[in-house]
Amino acid sequence: MNRPIRVLVAKPGLDGHDRGAKVVARALRDAGMEVIYTGLRQTPEQIAEAAIQEDVDCVALSVLSGAHNHLFPKIVNLLRDKGGDDILVVGGGVIPEEDIPGLKDAGIAAVFTPGTPTGIAIDFIKQNIKRA
Amino acid sequence: MFELDIKTGLLRGEKRAAARLITYLESESEDGIKIVKELYHLTGRSRIIGITGPPGAGKSTVTDKLAKHIRKTGKKVAIIAIDPTSPFSGGAILGDRIRMTDLSTDEGVFIRSMGTRGALGGLSKSVHGAVKVMDIMGYDYIFIETVGVGQSEIDIVKVADTVVMVMVPGLGDDIQAIKAGIMEIGDIFAVNKSDRDGAERTVTEIEMMLDLNDDDNYRPPVKNIIAINNIGIEELYKDIEDHHIYMKKTGKYEERRKKAIEEEILGIFKENLIGKVIKLQRSTDYVSVLIMEVYNKTKDTYSAAIELSDIINNKEG
Repeated sequence: MNRPIRVLVAKPGLDGHDRGAKVVARALRDAGMEVIYTGLRQTPEQIAEAAIQEDVDCVALSVLSGAHNHLFPKIVNLLRDKGGDDILVVGGGVIPEEDIPGLKDAGIAAVFTPGTPTGIAIDFIKQNIKRA
Repeated sequence: MFELDIKTGLLRGEKRAAARLITYLESESEDGIKIVKELYHLTGRSRIIGITGPPGAGKSTVTDKLAKHIRKTGKKVAIIAIDPTSPFSGGAILGDRIRMTDLSTDEGVFIRSMGTRGALGGLSKSVHGAVKVMDIMGYDYIFIETVGVGQSEIDIVKVADTVVMVMVPGLGDDIQAIKAGIMEIGDIFAVNKSDRDGAERTVTEIEMMLDLNDDDNYRPPVKNIIAINNIGIEELYKDIEDHHIYMKKTGKYEERRKKAIEEEILGIFKENLIGKVIKLQRSTDYVSVLIMEVYNKTKDTYSAAIELSDIINNKEG
């Protein structure tokens, strides 16, 4: 099917910094994707529900508060519960190296830390989305 | 997800099924169209409300507050929120959900963001498909929030039963400039952010413009609202209901729906025809030969277009 990739860029949790999320959203747009941006301070339930209603290929999460170990896996599980197990989930933000293996085990396909060129995230999404 | 799953899911009111079907329709998939055809008899029950107005007028906030107000009555609400697609990259940032966060987890609300994907009338080409899916699902109200409009994006009037024009103070003389365009399609005018300077003046300007209308039976109401603080929303909802009653009573509802159907059929017809031309262009060199002939002045564009439709008709016959 010929269609643009749809990505939900979401900021779970309580930190109020969305500069990074906006830079990523803009880069994905420029790569020809439809980006749904839902704003700050979203609950995992809101994010999972929005992802289902928008029928996205990918959910890109940004957390700078340190709560990623709690929030990221919770969103992955909620998506599975709602039948969204074909949605690719990636994360970004200030995330210590030692947390990354655990997040990957929990179903986060990739974690992009500060300094990652946007092109790498774009290529990863293009190559790893699960449906045509 | 299989076709059967989508169909049963849709009839069970599952949002995942509806969401996937809208994606299919956006990509013009035959499988998606087939499902809508089979369930077409279930459409026509929803009220379709258009929310339009210039960029930054507060369309998303007005939609959010109206939806919440309607939810208190137990009725179900679907929202189609449209934002522009970049003509350069084909990408889009769809940000209308930012103002509708609390509605996300409401069982009786379904929100779908759409990019315009090349459509110029303030809607998305697939808006009809999305409306049908939500209608089949049994949503009582379907709100369509257009892109921020300028002067000529009036396609909303071809889809919605009632069009709410959201304005803001401070556009000043711009109202004069746009009165011949989008101002003609408002069934209801809401001057949002009415705590700002110039709100009364904006209302007066709209009223003056409406004085020139020649419909004696219905005069669009003009209201001051402050959507973010929920001020004027209840009254706006009442205006929407009153307009619906008026349309039903006078037969204009039926008239507008028939007009909408006509527009939609013609739109699909045009799309199909253009699709055939593109297919012809890909499989043969008819079109490039025609272009060469016109370029060399051995033929004119009018005759070339007629020849093209002859070629397409012959291929079918």
